[in-house]
Amino acid sequence: MSADHVLAEIKNLRTYFHLAEGVVRAVDGVDLTIKPGRTLGIVGESGCGKSITALSLMQLVPSPGKIEAGQINYYRTVHKTESSATADVVEITKLKPDSREMRAIRGNQISMVFQEPMAAMLPVRTVGAQIMEAITLHQQVSKAEARDRAIDILSRVKLPNADRIVDTYPFQLSGGMRQRAVIAMALSCNPNLLIADEPTTALDVTTEAQILQLMRDLQQEFDMAIMYITHNLGVIAEMADEVAVMYMGKVVEQTDIRSLFFKPLHPYTQALLRSIPQLDDVMARAGQKKRLETIKGMVPDPYSILPGCSFHPRCPQYMEGVCNQVTPEVVEVEPDHIVRCHLYTAPATRAPAAAHTAKDTTL
Amino acid sequence: MTEQIYTQSELQTQEQRQTQPPLLEIKSLKKYFPIQKGFFKRVVGHVKAVDDVSFYVNEGETLGLVGESGCGKTTTGRCILKAITPSSGEVWFDDPAMGRVNVSTLEHEQLVQVRRNMRMIFQDPYASLNPRMTLLDIVGAPLRAMNLAHGKEVEDRVAEMLRLVGLRPEYMRRYPHAFSGGQRQRIGLARALAPNPKFLVCDEPVSALDVSVQAQILNLLQELQEQMGLTYLFVAHDLSVVAHISERVAVMYVGKMVEMATTHELFLSPKHPYTEALMSAIPRPDPTPREKRILLTGEVANPANPPSGCYFHPRCRYVKDICKTEEPTFEEISPGHFVKCHRAAELNLSGVRNLA
Repeated sequence: MSADHVLAEIKNLRTYFHLAEGVVRAVDGVDLTIKPGRTLGIVGESGCGKSITALSLMQLVPSPGKIEAGQINYYRTVHKTESSATADVVEITKLKPDSREMRAIRGNQISMVFQEPMAAMLPVRTVGAQIMEAITLHQQVSKAEARDRAIDILSRVKLPNADRIVDTYPFQLSGGMRQRAVIAMALSCNPNLLIADEPTTALDVTTEAQILQLMRDLQQEFDMAIMYITHNLGVIAEMADEVAVMYMGKVVEQTDIRSLFFKPLHPYTQALLRSIPQLDDVMARAGQKKRLETIKGMVPDPYSILPGCSFHPRCPQYMEGVCNQVTPEVVEVEPDHIVRCHLYTAPATRAPAAAHTAKDTTL
Repeated sequence: MTEQIYTQSELQTQEQRQTQPPLLEIKSLKKYFPIQKGFFKRVVGHVKAVDDVSFYVNEGETLGLVGESGCGKTTTGRCILKAITPSSGEVWFDDPAMGRVNVSTLEHEQLVQVRRNMRMIFQDPYASLNPRMTLLDIVGAPLRAMNLAHGKEVEDRVAEMLRLVGLRPEYMRRYPHAFSGGQRQRIGLARALAPNPKFLVCDEPVSALDVSVQAQILNLLQELQEQMGLTYLFVAHDLSVVAHISERVAVMYVGKMVEMATTHELFLSPKHPYTEALMSAIPRPDPTPREKRILLTGEVANPANPPSGCYFHPRCRYVKDICKTEEPTFEEISPGHFVKCHRAAELNLSGVRNLA
């Protein structure tokens, strides 16, 4: 993969939280690549580290969290001129969160949409004032010009009467309209990468469908990459080109959207897909009831460090002596389909590593 | 083949309705919340949260209740138990001890009696359990309040309930903070089931849970239903979950019930344009490209100031002049299929598509 097809790459990212109760390894060695104009979906259950990965990318990890190791490279080039590619690489992990350079990227080139639209906006200032703030912060424009741009961006997220909405307060808008306004705010500076963290989870199905359609349209219009974080596999199926499945701070499987749904390799991915009610299946049963398949047990508490594969206590294909002792390495089973599971590792690679992981388990 | 089974299940519902009265029958239930203004709390209007809703739930079945937030589905659930007093309407419940009673008119003592048999579980497993009470206190509370058990009996019953919902009885002395979301939802379920009820209102019981835990709780609800002969009113907004667990589904829009039918019929051949839009909006875990979605325009109507005629008309794709002026009635257009739309008979709407 050449660098000119990469917008951002995360290499071996580790973000830990040092708490009185112990260390929470929220992100524990994540590798991801974000390509310009494409959508990377990240799925996983709560606490798997998907949001912290995104916040690390923005240098917004809340205290006491810290990026302990790893690299985040952001290719600052304007992706319209494909000839000049590697010219401008920023290593985000090296920047201070409050440095001038980081602030020039955050909200400008990389911006974020959060789950709760009411929490993302200040209740005491108008929608327009908040969008104008982002514009005037990053661009040399007059106030009147910023206002025109705010109205323009509000109409592009298909809010009716944008010239009126610009002067309303967030509480005067409905949930769906508010989320549109938040998206408008995120897009006000033409970002190259939009991070969307569960943007439709708080919305109703019909509103959700509207917002998803809007985000797809805007992605084309602005030619931006989207990192879409959700726990909803239905939403991922509609939005993502590529998907990374996370479990306990690690990416356990990453592939294109079709392979993920039709040929999932990791037992966790397979179990997740089987545990959601499928409409087609329900309809085919015609009133006959059926039990869902479940994943036994639950996600272990975040302080625990499990030896070997972190999914092994819940895994239906658990191999005694391997999965509970050796941490699986990433295997590229097929081109661009990677998985972190011993079912796909060569038996030879399992044994020699055992000695040093056994040492780790004593922690 | 599916056609045949489907007619069969339809016949069953029909038969059931003729032979025995439903366990729960709601007749034109209304709940208006006053809007107050000024120093003297002058009433300037009403939010019509539930506006003339009628439906029934047969014994042993699960009725799903769906709709957008603010459409009154939770308020309906609460009015049934008289957790909030309805403004008007009747809630007929077939109580094993008292016979057929109108819950909305019961006074305190009788209400305690009837709530042995109709109980509720809540959405948020963190907010619905008192953090200062142990599991023994929480699950034992209804037993003590209803004078069903004393002393050691309470402990035995609580142990039994915990085992039933898949928790270890040894956990009885612990506090809720020691448990995860899924486990807390099990505690809530144990509390609801402690007095051995017949009917449960499940208000979004799985929407706060992770996918893998959600499946565990849904299975548990189904197992308990078979084991104890329970009847559920399952309030939720996730349509795939509702389809999975319900025999019949009712759809609400701005305080009104717009459609009610068997799950199969409602999802495959909806008769109300709003139901059609809902079906089209369901995110499906299948990356195969689909036909264009029906995207509703505009916003949900304000229940304090609803539009004239049919409340859905400003967003409806099939709107006609009559829809703007006259409110349609909630009618049974085929056995067991109720719909509130002027054009229900003539429209040919599509349900969930791309079926394998």
